[in-house]
Amino acid sequence: MSRRKLNRRQFVAATAASSAVLITAPYVRGAYAAGKLSMGFWDHWVPGANQASTDLVNEWAAKEKVEVQIDYITSQGKKIELTIAAEGAAKSGHDLIAMPTWWPHAHAELLEPVNDIMEPIIQENGAVNGTVKYLGQSGGKWLAVPACVGSQIKGPCTRIDLMKKHAGIDVQELYPAGGPPKADSWTTETFLKAAEACQKGGVPFGIGLGETTDSVDSAGAFFQAFGAELVNAKGDVTVKTDAVRQSLEFYKRLIAALPPDVASWDDASNNKWLVSGKGAMIMNPPSAWAVAKRDAPQIAEQCWTHGFPAGPKGRFAPFLPYFWSIWSFSKNKEAAKSLIVHLSKPSSIEKMVVASGGYDLPAYEKLTTLKVWQEQGPPTGTLYHYPNPYNHQTLSIAASPAPPKIAQQIYAQATMTKMCLRYAQGEKMEATLAWAEGECEGFMRS
Amino acid sequence: MVDAVIGENTVARPRRAAGRKGLRHALKRKSTAAFLMTLPLILLIVLLVVYPALYSVHLATLNKSMQRFVGLGNFEFLFKRDTFWLVVKQSCIFAITAVVFKALIGFIVAHFVHNIPAKGQRKWRGMLLVPWVIPPAMSTLAWLWLFDPSYSAFNYTLAFFGIGPIPWTGDAAWARFSVILVNVWYGAPFFMIMYLAALKSVPEQLYEAAAIDGANWWQRIWYVTLPMMRNIIAITTLFSLIVTFANFDIVRILTAGGPLDKTHIFATWAFRVGIEGSDIPLGASVSLFMVPILAVAAIFILRDVSKRGNES
Repeated sequence: MSRRKLNRRQFVAATAASSAVLITAPYVRGAYAAGKLSMGFWDHWVPGANQASTDLVNEWAAKEKVEVQIDYITSQGKKIELTIAAEGAAKSGHDLIAMPTWWPHAHAELLEPVNDIMEPIIQENGAVNGTVKYLGQSGGKWLAVPACVGSQIKGPCTRIDLMKKHAGIDVQELYPAGGPPKADSWTTETFLKAAEACQKGGVPFGIGLGETTDSVDSAGAFFQAFGAELVNAKGDVTVKTDAVRQSLEFYKRLIAALPPDVASWDDASNNKWLVSGKGAMIMNPPSAWAVAKRDAPQIAEQCWTHGFPAGPKGRFAPFLPYFWSIWSFSKNKEAAKSLIVHLSKPSSIEKMVVASGGYDLPAYEKLTTLKVWQEQGPPTGTLYHYPNPYNHQTLSIAASPAPPKIAQQIYAQATMTKMCLRYAQGEKMEATLAWAEGECEGFMRS
Repeated sequence: MVDAVIGENTVARPRRAAGRKGLRHALKRKSTAAFLMTLPLILLIVLLVVYPALYSVHLATLNKSMQRFVGLGNFEFLFKRDTFWLVVKQSCIFAITAVVFKALIGFIVAHFVHNIPAKGQRKWRGMLLVPWVIPPAMSTLAWLWLFDPSYSAFNYTLAFFGIGPIPWTGDAAWARFSVILVNVWYGAPFFMIMYLAALKSVPEQLYEAAAIDGANWWQRIWYVTLPMMRNIIAITTLFSLIVTFANFDIVRILTAGGPLDKTHIFATWAFRVGIEGSDIPLGASVSLFMVPILAVAAIFILRDVSKRGNES
């Protein structure tokens, strides 16, 4: 076998020729000239909703010449929180990741500030609600951009027929499709009376008192309606106030009118309660109604999503935003920002909302009146008031206005629902307050 | 000079030869061969067990935002929390009650299976092992549906007899009962199969001798079966105690620690604090608290094993 050997002269000549070709050759842009970008998105409950995100990302990637990789991460079993915790600890992972409610603050030190893109987005889409500011901003720095996908309001979803029959309340009249609410009479007192009437009628309201988010969110909104804060915005423990006492008294009466097993309800229990036809109301985004539309259409036809009852300090509804955030260790921050801007365009947001059947909520004031909420049914208009089109209630999150890192502990430990249960189960008011005070003091550690 | 060089060479050669010979001897030694063969496993254990364990110790010494060393501060904080002591108490109740019942049921069922004629025994063994073979996360989901607060299959059945409804997971006492019941259901077959193996190794002559001496059923169990099974009972019980203490899936799926934290055990509370509450150092500290308890159990196991070895 012969092998051709290169002598020294030939080698030098070949190298020089190759270098000359490389230097003089014109720049040819590669297929992925702007690099790679990986993203971890929340895996949507609604079948097919992920496709809208995929299409939007691909559309952007083709235009910007970026190689993209999307991982849809489920929130089942807290998988998305586990992924965020692992990536944060390892300082490695996706460039861009979807973070639920409290997580931008929890990882504030590891996130790339996004003021430069947030300001033009707000100019185009309108102001964001207070809850988004509270959860997405820290010391004037935007930690993340509110994501339309996964964001939701957990308002009352009422059975029109049962509420009319047992409590004499016409929720469609209070919250007419296509018009502003006429809900001045819809107060916490009316709500309690309606709950008692429906319980007597054998169709109690289905409001959980467990430790998962649905239960905590409802308790949070009612506490705020009474002006009750466990920890104030400065970080002082404010458990022993009349407002907190009033909230506990309210919940004691409410619990007496709820199904006896609400202490063990999780986020699926209220959905099942509505779809089974056993109850007159639950507090949820439209997912339970969407399941009813598929599995029990006669029940879905009687469902109406609307606003919360007003308490002495106002009308509050739980808003749980998701965020798109960029890790500070991301290798392609500019591309990540460019993608978020693309996903935050009004046309992109509308596509995502439509794909989710109206479930996803943009946090911007100019985008709460999209056609999809007007058209959804049966009954037509059932989701009209879901995105709070008239700002008729304050969108809030349980445990606010405590500093977010303390509030997250109150929320995760379900301190409010535990207080309600303890008091309703016979513990003395002052003992319950003392217990909660001790818990809150424990949440102060930094 | 030349002499010196020659001298050096003459000394170096035998040293190298002796070294080679020593290596050959070392390689021929059984202990060296055994060490080399277990080396991949040792490396795996270092990678998958020792490193994460040390990392969790490191995490437990950091502050909440993981940026400052706080020494034993997290443990000090935990010792002042009522919920932590509630979790300690519940973990002990959960593990001890579950293990006692698993051992008892396993022992009784093993006797029943042992007395089944050899022909049908395999079928029974297979069927009785089913709960242990199904992944616990899956079987616990089925239990969750059976215990469902609003649509419980158990309550539906009990209603035919005019009993209930029982708040299986909504009341603290019933919730504790439910998680222990599922753990016993899952773990008893392991005890059964271990005890069955031990029973089969008890020489028949001992029972014959006991029968000749006029021993009744209870005396045969007490003076023959139990002493012969002593080691396997101890090892199985202690092994199960470790696993049950560190349980996560059953409680997480069935009650998630509720109601009012009354079913939390170490692992579920560590998850709540560490992952859901974004306080990973505190979560690591909670899970590390299991170490001294489990270490005591492990010492007992090893002592028992070595004692058994010496006896044989």
